[in-house]
Amino acid sequence: MLKFIGKRFLWMLVTLWVIITVTFVLMRFAPGSPLDVDDVGMSEQARANMMAHYNLDQPVIMQYFNYLKNAVTFDFGPSMVTRSREVSDMLASGFPASLQLGLVTLVLAVISGIILGVLAALRHNKMIDYVTMFIAIIGISIPNFIQAMLFIQYISTQFDFFPTAQWGTWRHAILPALALASGPIAIIARMTRSNMLEVLTEDYIKTAKAKGLSNFQIVVKHALRNALLPVVTILGVLVASIFTGSFVVERIFAIPGVGQYFVESITNRDYPMIMATTIIYSTIFIIMMFIVDVVYGIIDPRIQLHKKEE
Amino acid sequence: MAEATTKELLLEVDDLHVSFPTKRGEVQAVRGVSFSLSKGETLAIVGESGCGKSVTAQSLIRLVSTPPKSGSIRYKGEELTTKTEKQMQKLRGLEMGMIFQDPMTSLNPVITVGEQIREGLLRHHKMPKEEATKESIEMLRLVGIADPDKRMKQYPHQFSGGMRQRLMIAMALVCKPDILIADEPTTALDVTIQAQIIELFQEIQRKTGVAIIIITHDLGVVAQIADRICVMYAGKIAETGTSYEVFKEHRHPYTEGILKSVPRMDGNRDVPLIPVPGTPPNLMNPPVGCPFYMRCDYAMKVCKEVAPPRTDCNESHYVHCWLQDERAPSIQQLHS
Repeated sequence: MLKFIGKRFLWMLVTLWVIITVTFVLMRFAPGSPLDVDDVGMSEQARANMMAHYNLDQPVIMQYFNYLKNAVTFDFGPSMVTRSREVSDMLASGFPASLQLGLVTLVLAVISGIILGVLAALRHNKMIDYVTMFIAIIGISIPNFIQAMLFIQYISTQFDFFPTAQWGTWRHAILPALALASGPIAIIARMTRSNMLEVLTEDYIKTAKAKGLSNFQIVVKHALRNALLPVVTILGVLVASIFTGSFVVERIFAIPGVGQYFVESITNRDYPMIMATTIIYSTIFIIMMFIVDVVYGIIDPRIQLHKKEE
Repeated sequence: MAEATTKELLLEVDDLHVSFPTKRGEVQAVRGVSFSLSKGETLAIVGESGCGKSVTAQSLIRLVSTPPKSGSIRYKGEELTTKTEKQMQKLRGLEMGMIFQDPMTSLNPVITVGEQIREGLLRHHKMPKEEATKESIEMLRLVGIADPDKRMKQYPHQFSGGMRQRLMIAMALVCKPDILIADEPTTALDVTIQAQIIELFQEIQRKTGVAIIIITHDLGVVAQIADRICVMYAGKIAETGTSYEVFKEHRHPYTEGILKSVPRMDGNRDVPLIPVPGTPPNLMNPPVGCPFYMRCDYAMKVCKEVAPPRTDCNESHYVHCWLQDERAPSIQQLHS
């Protein structure tokens, strides 16, 4: 097991390096520079000074090595836009809110997605099935930023219980989490449903029934576990979509998370900020993928993560 | 074996009809099957694919999607066809255990075999987990699994096909049911493993006295194990009798046909096997007369028009064939 984790860890580092490099290349190939944003009245000399200050006057290859060094030490220096603040500080202050929102969304998506999917499968071709799948299609089709605005328009403004914006109490989390989760809920529900329908026709379900087990035991113990195997696989991808989705939704609800920096950093060509957020999100994503692999090995005994020592 | 028991009647099936609604119409899978089973007896239901033998077996504990359309199933005098699903759950596994054709797909791949065996005990006897584990280990020993303590914690993929069928048997018998229903238990296994499993059935029956209903199309299996045999054709029983009667004194042309189509160890290898020509009728729209008349060498006009009534040859042996009817003084062949 340790050997497996060690090996995976090395690969994670390699993956991260590839991501960092690609981000760097893309950033440099994109037109414009961070100094374009507020160039009104900036003299030639000032511009040159700024370029030198941020090492932008060096050869690209040198900039790349600098950039790698910064990434390894997680020291990104000051932001190019908000010059008075260190990138690491800005991210650290926004991270708790983003993490909370992400986790609430994930839990909401997984639990309600699975429950809806199972209900739809058990009532196949009945009312609940149709209603659930209709909601699922809406959840997939309407982008979360539209949903977020609809929620503010039709729910927040009608009921004082749901704040329209800001962050703080658990009530602040409900609407943004719902907007973020509806897509993943729909995906999980549809997947759980189709897997359940398939698993329920398996021979071992008949065996379980022949033992005299109750319907609840058959569904939860024998069917659900098998039906969830493929769902676990897509969890990693869903986590990524939840976190990337949060950039926009955070902005709509004015949540002081990391997302705002990410969105702004790209339009501003704020190189250190783009780099830092990219590294954070890809690290989260890579770690999630790793967790999914480990969990997969735990719930499906047929998958061996490592050579059996037996 | 049948003679040794006191002939206490366990199960009586009378005129059982089962059909399935499909998009193209109703499939009449079982069309009036009757048989009985006594304590400690082995009954074999034989027939080719699609003759309704599996549906008959699974209908006994209502594992098929549609409940019996008509007829009765009495277990120890109690009518099962009118029971609710909840009542049937109490009966499954506890009174009748069932094993299936393919041991590779009949075990849940993500649950340890120990848990899969003992969950029946936990469900029916509400015993403490340790006790259930202990009894499950005993059961594994009975079905011939070596090192049962360790094997309990393993998963189905760590067992071979034959071993898995042993697990299935352990699972079906762990609550000590009176009847073991085995639906083609050897079909998916290698021939050598088949023999072992059949021997295991006999050994278990000796030790526990369980009555066995074995569904198969393999006459070799039947000859070895069955006390009595029902030959099914197109959802109906063609002939029923003791093992000896069916093999040596059969009266139905279909029984004759399937016996001739099987190679024998002591037979002459130069004589070609004689297949039963043709295919079984479509059960969506079964013939009104004898379902076998299309393929029968001795078919008469009456066979096509009227279903043959039951003709008793003796107490244990009866047949549904016009040839055996007393009103058939001379045979007028329909086609040669």
